[in-house]
Amino acid sequence: MAAPLEDILRQHPVWRGGAPAAFCPVLSTTYPDLDRALPGGGWPTGVLTELLCNHEGIGELTLALPALAALTWAGKRVVWLAPPHLPDAPALAAAGVDLAQLAIVRTVARRDALWAAEQVLRAKSCHAFIAWFPRIAYEELRRLAVAAEGSQAWVAFFRPRQAAAESSPAALRVALEPDGDALAVHIAKRRGAPAAAPLRLRIKRPFHALGRTALPRPADAVARADRRMGLPVHA
Amino acid sequence: MLLEVQGSLRLYGGFARLREKLAASLNEMGLGFSLGVARTARAALWRSRGEGERLEALPVEVTGLDVEFLSSIGVTTVGALLALPRAGLAQRCGAQAIEALDRALGVAPEPREFFAPPARFNAKLELPAEVTHAEGLYFGARRLLVQLDGLLAARHEGVHAFRLVLLHESGSTCVEVNLASATRDAERLGQVLRERLSRTVLMQPVQAIVLEAGEFASLAGSSAGMFGDPAFESEDWARLMERLRARLGHAAVYALAAQADHRPEHAWRRIEPGEWDPREAAAPGPRPVWLLEAKRIGEQGFTLLAGPERIESGWWDGDDARRDYFVARLPDASIAWVYREDGEWYVHGLFA
Repeated sequence: MAAPLEDILRQHPVWRGGAPAAFCPVLSTTYPDLDRALPGGGWPTGVLTELLCNHEGIGELTLALPALAALTWAGKRVVWLAPPHLPDAPALAAAGVDLAQLAIVRTVARRDALWAAEQVLRAKSCHAFIAWFPRIAYEELRRLAVAAEGSQAWVAFFRPRQAAAESSPAALRVALEPDGDALAVHIAKRRGAPAAAPLRLRIKRPFHALGRTALPRPADAVARADRRMGLPVHA
Repeated sequence: MLLEVQGSLRLYGGFARLREKLAASLNEMGLGFSLGVARTARAALWRSRGEGERLEALPVEVTGLDVEFLSSIGVTTVGALLALPRAGLAQRCGAQAIEALDRALGVAPEPREFFAPPARFNAKLELPAEVTHAEGLYFGARRLLVQLDGLLAARHEGVHAFRLVLLHESGSTCVEVNLASATRDAERLGQVLRERLSRTVLMQPVQAIVLEAGEFASLAGSSAGMFGDPAFESEDWARLMERLRARLGHAAVYALAAQADHRPEHAWRRIEPGEWDPREAAAPGPRPVWLLEAKRIGEQGFTLLAGPERIESGWWDGDDARRDYFVARLPDASIAWVYREDGEWYVHGLFA
């Protein structure tokens, strides 16, 4: 009597090409569409994730912040290494991040940044590690990938879009592009079956929060003086 | 140095093991020594001076009595001294000679004060050769750290900071090391010092080093936990922060807190990592995660999307701001926070 196919598949570790493979504990991104596209249903931990985008301000952190906020409120600690600009405290607090759990590390030399990254990955107390590496070589990434295996952290590196053409030891590579009011998310590499078409994620943008459109640009200083009456003044 | 070891024999698994351990740590500290063991403190002291001979066979010099007189009457060993009639000895050398012998034999009690370790540490080490590379100092400094560890262990205390002074032929350099939490672990102190030394550039060769520490803090008793234990994690976190700071500098590692000020550049401040600031400042409008140094841009360089939000504040501290903030799209499709002040446009943040 032949065993039903489903039973065989359950008993033997057979990888099926159709589904993305679950391979490590994951952290929900809080974006259902993105969770579905990621193996295991979220940001993978203990491996490298690369977020590839060319300039800041396209909503690239909006992708990461909900997961980071959830971690910090669970009492987990987060490190940001070599951010390209000054992170603003009120903005992060508004995004739900518990600031007491976040440490910022700024470095000048690239060697220092690599050293610091390894130290953070070796520590057991950091549960999410976000680093910005405009330039990093394959061997350096490889070394950090090995260090990441020993940690249980979500490790995400921001790198330029062009890096997608180079090979990388990252388990997950996600390319980000602005797409009108949304963010085009293309999963360039993941474990398991390759991803199909890019996702168009509707992310929260500041003009939605403000809830009103801009007034026409004042033509001159006189026009500005006229409108002054109607403006909210915070003083 | 006198040690009462009777009570510790079981803990160390017998005298031979205790002796081995003692010898090993004395060697690590770089100290020469001669061990003597006896039933009484005085006898042990004499035996250590006489390089471990039997009490009777020890030369009289170890007793500190009037050696000249004793040798003139043909007494050269402690054994011969003990054989002399007590009354005669007391008459010739004074009652303290009899008392010393009685104490050595354990006939008379010898009360001693226990050693109280000092509240500061200061130890100097002359280097065998001049050192020109800061990393080379680590091995010498380790010896001093082991001594510091010993002092702290005796006091059940730890240090938050210590200082290594490098003495040159003329002048000195001071290397300050700060720790995130009090510790007395020589291994950890050494690790942090090593990182600190790795970014120290020596202007002159170093001839000697001095390790100084004061302001000891009591250590909270804790046992190392398994992974996931909050106490273990906060200790591990504190160590990570101090390692990073030792190499990158104190200001390179910080945490953020909000501050009640409408001007964005004053609405946040740096605090110590792990410090908790209960104050919350809710901004009335959207705030960008990336704050830039305000940079002037041309009027054609962006498209306004939303706004304005007026921020008018700071007339009292000389950093007056009267700005209308807008959300704008830059040509590279990123969303920026721009403001207009005195007819000029500036970009002040990026909505990441």
